[in-house]
Amino acid sequence: MASAALSEMERLAAAASAKTGGAVNLMEVCGTHTMAIAAAGMRRLFPKPLRMHSGPGCPVCVTSQGDIDIVLALAEIPGVIITTFGDMLKVKGSSGLDLNSLRAGGADVRVVYSPLDAVELAAAEPGREVVFIGVGFETTAPVIGAALARAKKRGLKNFSVTAFFKLVPPALELLLSDPSNRISGFMLPGHVSAIIGLQPYRFVTRKYGVACVVTGFEPLDILTGINMLLRQISSGKPEVQDEYFRAVPEGGNPAALQVMREVFSPSAASWRAIGTLPGSGLALSRAYAGFDAVKRFKIKRAEAPEPKGCLCGQILLGKNLPPDCKLFGRACTPSSAVGPCMVSSEGACAAWFKYGS
Amino acid sequence: MCVAVPGKITTVTENNAEVDFCGVRRSVSLDLVPSAKKNDYVLVHAGFAIQVLGSEEAEETLRLFREIYANEKR
Repeated sequence: MASAALSEMERLAAAASAKTGGAVNLMEVCGTHTMAIAAAGMRRLFPKPLRMHSGPGCPVCVTSQGDIDIVLALAEIPGVIITTFGDMLKVKGSSGLDLNSLRAGGADVRVVYSPLDAVELAAAEPGREVVFIGVGFETTAPVIGAALARAKKRGLKNFSVTAFFKLVPPALELLLSDPSNRISGFMLPGHVSAIIGLQPYRFVTRKYGVACVVTGFEPLDILTGINMLLRQISSGKPEVQDEYFRAVPEGGNPAALQVMREVFSPSAASWRAIGTLPGSGLALSRAYAGFDAVKRFKIKRAEAPEPKGCLCGQILLGKNLPPDCKLFGRACTPSSAVGPCMVSSEGACAAWFKYGS
Repeated sequence: MCVAVPGKITTVTENNAEVDFCGVRRSVSLDLVPSAKKNDYVLVHAGFAIQVLGSEEAEETLRLFREIYANEKR
């Protein structure tokens, strides 16, 4: 089936190219798609006019340097246990240190599989402060929200989180509102969409005329998602289509959306290379404000510059590809990464480095 | 990091379930999919089921793939 999908892609890409008058630029918004495309070696099979760009959908990559510095400041507070997903361990702060090096120096940093593990740890260690590092998009926010709801129900006073959540639709709007934007179709993130459904993307087609397909993560899903995008572009009829309908109903997950409304409220968020965007993130709601680690430990936020020479920000915006960066594969490799796009296992640079173009 | 893995619910206890991921079993919270029940396939992210996978929809996807790419040369 895959070879049939690819020959179909060749035909559709030629038709879409006739419409765009050259290259057909698509963007996979989600880091999990970036990895799936790279791991299956798809890039070298794509027909020539098709260019797949990686978007701002790797949570670690889009977390600003200032927010990383907050995480590191929390880890240095005596008595605090930092709990986190593994991806955050090697992201360097502006001091050049990361959670791994702080751990080597005696900080208590623990990798957990689920925020529920962090809640259990707080219950088991009432004399210690347990902080969970909350980064992520709409897939992860309700999960951490539900863990917070459990912590609140259990009356845990020694548990808190950093609410550095980001929202996908405002990121798309930012890319689209840039006059130099050349993306004509978005492969939309399957698991974010499993939560938020299709409605939040409708502005992309209505306001900007850009094609949208919510796509699953199996290789055949991805090939089909690309073909659906190319078909929309060549027909000149952009719409929000759902290739991943086995997991993504039109209305998303209402119970998860309800948890998000209770625990969080929309807020400005600080994005790497982009800056602070109003309404692009989630902060804790008034009812959950007591769980805010940044407030509890009175950490001051300072904007911090990104690593010198690192093109991560431009790559996240689809303006550059990893090999365009002078540091890529030389000063910056997965074992000694300069920027977060190489640190995160699903960053665009890590995917290019590990699997090649 | 938005990785989610499908698995099958084997038992439900209050708002938790034991989920079978191709032989590996793990306790999963059903807080975000309160209607999930035994034998449902769920998508699991960071210890929580985030969506119930429709088995009819999964079969429909396979049928569509076969139909769209029916002219594959073998």
